[in-house]
Amino acid sequence: MLAILEGAVGASVLALTALGLSLVFGVMRVVNVAHGEFFMLGAVVAWFVSTSIAGHPAIGFLAALAIAPLIAGAVAVLVDRLILKNVAYDPEATIVGTIGVLYILQQSALMIYGPEARPVEPPFSHRIALPWLEWGENGLAFFYPWGLSITSYKLFVIAAAISILLAFWLILSRTRLGLIMRATQMDRETALAFGIPVQRVYSIVFGLGAALAALAAVLIVPIQQAHYLMGHDPLLLSFIVVIIGGLGSVRGTIFAALLIGMSDGVISVFLSPTLSKILATLLVALVLVFRPQGLYGKKMA
Amino acid sequence: MMLLETKGLTRIYGGLRAVDTVDYTLAKGEIHALIGPNGAGKSTFVGMVSGRIPASEGEVWFDGENVTALPAHARIQRGMAYTFQITAIYARLSLFDNVALALGQRDKAKVRAALDRVGLANRMEQIAGDLAYGHQRLLEIAMGVAQTPRLLILDEPTQGLAESEIEEFNTLIRELAGDTTILLIEHNMSVVMALADEITVLETGKILARGTPAEIHANADVQNAYLGTG
Amino acid sequence: MSLDTRSVTLHLGLIAALIVLGFVLPTYHQGNLARILVLATYAVGYNVLFGYTGLLSLGHAMFFAAGMYGCGLAMHLGGVTVIPALVIGLICAAALSAVVALLALRTIGVAFMIVTLMFAQSVYLTALYLGEWTGGDEGFVIAQASRQIAGYALTDPLTRYYAALSLFAIALLITARMMQMSFGRVLIGVRENEERTRMLGYDVFRHKLAAVVISGTIAGAAGAGYAVLFGYVGATFASVQYSIFPLLWVLLGGMGTTIGPLVGVAFMFYLIDYASGITNAYMLIAGAVLVLLTLFARAGIVGEIRNRWAPWLP
Repeated sequence: MLAILEGAVGASVLALTALGLSLVFGVMRVVNVAHGEFFMLGAVVAWFVSTSIAGHPAIGFLAALAIAPLIAGAVAVLVDRLILKNVAYDPEATIVGTIGVLYILQQSALMIYGPEARPVEPPFSHRIALPWLEWGENGLAFFYPWGLSITSYKLFVIAAAISILLAFWLILSRTRLGLIMRATQMDRETALAFGIPVQRVYSIVFGLGAALAALAAVLIVPIQQAHYLMGHDPLLLSFIVVIIGGLGSVRGTIFAALLIGMSDGVISVFLSPTLSKILATLLVALVLVFRPQGLYGKKMA
Repeated sequence: MMLLETKGLTRIYGGLRAVDTVDYTLAKGEIHALIGPNGAGKSTFVGMVSGRIPASEGEVWFDGENVTALPAHARIQRGMAYTFQITAIYARLSLFDNVALALGQRDKAKVRAALDRVGLANRMEQIAGDLAYGHQRLLEIAMGVAQTPRLLILDEPTQGLAESEIEEFNTLIRELAGDTTILLIEHNMSVVMALADEITVLETGKILARGTPAEIHANADVQNAYLGTG
Repeated sequence: MSLDTRSVTLHLGLIAALIVLGFVLPTYHQGNLARILVLATYAVGYNVLFGYTGLLSLGHAMFFAAGMYGCGLAMHLGGVTVIPALVIGLICAAALSAVVALLALRTIGVAFMIVTLMFAQSVYLTALYLGEWTGGDEGFVIAQASRQIAGYALTDPLTRYYAALSLFAIALLITARMMQMSFGRVLIGVRENEERTRMLGYDVFRHKLAAVVISGTIAGAAGAGYAVLFGYVGATFASVQYSIFPLLWVLLGGMGTTIGPLVGVAFMFYLIDYASGITNAYMLIAGAVLVLLTLFARAGIVGEIRNRWAPWLP
């Protein structure tokens, strides 16, 4: 039960991060290798914001929740305009270019933020003990063992991630922006012919993808810590999720994030974390080789 | 003796039968033209013959051997050659490199001889992409010829050629005839009439008619389906 | 003919110049250049696949590491001498590249990049997982006494320099020759137009397979050479960063040019050497160079020279 809740925290943050990567790939057909660094950027900005605003930690946290995605999104739009646009979204050139961006962001963080890992204080944190049933001397009884507790903040992370995902789904399926994005995804040339400003859509999508990663990072940073190398794991896990879920498929991505995030917690009970990572990366490689449409997605045209 | 034979050859694209159970034979040494309106399935048919496009049903026999299961490169190695409808040369390499790859060897005299057949020998060191469009078509044909194939498949070779170049092309094909069997997709009816020993008309994936140029010219069905609409 | 003569002169002249440099240079730069030559061998191997065949791998560190661990562990744990250990390293890299190629070549483009990245990542994690033998992140040091060939100590700076130069010269000459033969031209054909190459009767898959194995084996030779010459084996060399480096070097020096890899490594080495004196964020330079190359000079240094002044450059 506890492993499942812990897994759900990881899964919800992963779902947000991976969704950003999936969105960019789905609409623009490019892979953003610097995605993990936008995650890192979100966490680091969250630290700066929360430490520079005095008062109750919740104020700083809320400010970070607004500011970090904006900054990450703005940087991403800049990357899109300065680099991706100029290589005409060539898939391979984009990968090489975003590898460059990866190092630029990561190393800039090292210069400005430093090599330390720093915590961000959670806005609230109550320990919630979970009741447990057991046969005691007086028959069936509740008790509250120490190990079985979770903080209210972790439950908040899960709830927040679900609401963001829902909001996102609404935007995608109900708004004009969503419609334009889906049209661009289906056929760039036709979208252009219908007067959709494809270039602007690309910038928005690329910024939105980065903002989602940053948002996920702000949520997780009170539990983990902000560090300039923290982008590596989210990038790898997002890759795994997006590939297993089917490249560009939103539902598949969320499904796979839950699967991977939950199983990460459960598997690590049986296997060492390194061994489970080895198996996960091998699985991804083999999925790409033998079932490129992902385990969930339909075959791409 | 038949060099090429297809039995019930079929290609289905999402429910549409682009090529529909085509039984076809091509005798050794013949120049055979494949004509028909756009979308009749000509390119798909030769694609299946050469192995670029996998057949949905049916068989391809080449020189007495069932080659249906063989990949394209293995069929080419057995003596087919294929020139693309959309020019597919190595645009960033020299003419020498283009032809040397087709020949499978880097013998300067042989490369020069192959280029000479289309009048491009003096451009051997040029980059292929810098050539005029018509010259690129000729290079493509030269690459097909350089392979000294037994069956040369030409997909709309004269598209984009000037009148004088078409004349040279006709001469080249006549020189090859006899040693090389030629399967030609062609829209230019004067080329077809000048070169072909026999003509097959394809319409909506099926063979509509087959005969000598004179017979096809006189065929009422063909005139309705194709020649009339020009 | 003149074209071939010029290219032979260029390569032999380069090697002759490097031989002379060995005598002239102060010990500090001798050590640097030895390292550059080994890494350039790695880049030469990468160039066979990326520059000439047009396949962008993001996982070449696994081949470098296979050579390095194969050779290093044979010496460290197995007590094997240098020459057989090098052979073991080569065999490991060749075997790994054959297996990876058979699987990864079923994909193309971006999927190929990610598949190689993932395979390399699992090799890296495996090196960490088997920390009992590999020393994990910290790695292990190969005993100085065992690092010698026929009585010549590879720990001596000048000997080490010439050993590194021999390794590089062999890789350079093999690939330069290969690219003038039909086999190499077919690889270029695959890069330029895969479908056309197939329709000229070439088995594209087998050529790509051969390219991955040759490329991976040369990378492995560099890894094995690194272990023997510098006496250190560690998981860093299997990390993503060491897969990105050869891409950076080859892009910088000029993809599909024979001497580009050396130029790229030398340039980057001294740039990072200089930058790391100023800041610990020296990889910032690598990032900036990658972005600038993507935007402005896709052909790289030697590639731009070839395009502008010397079209004969091999």
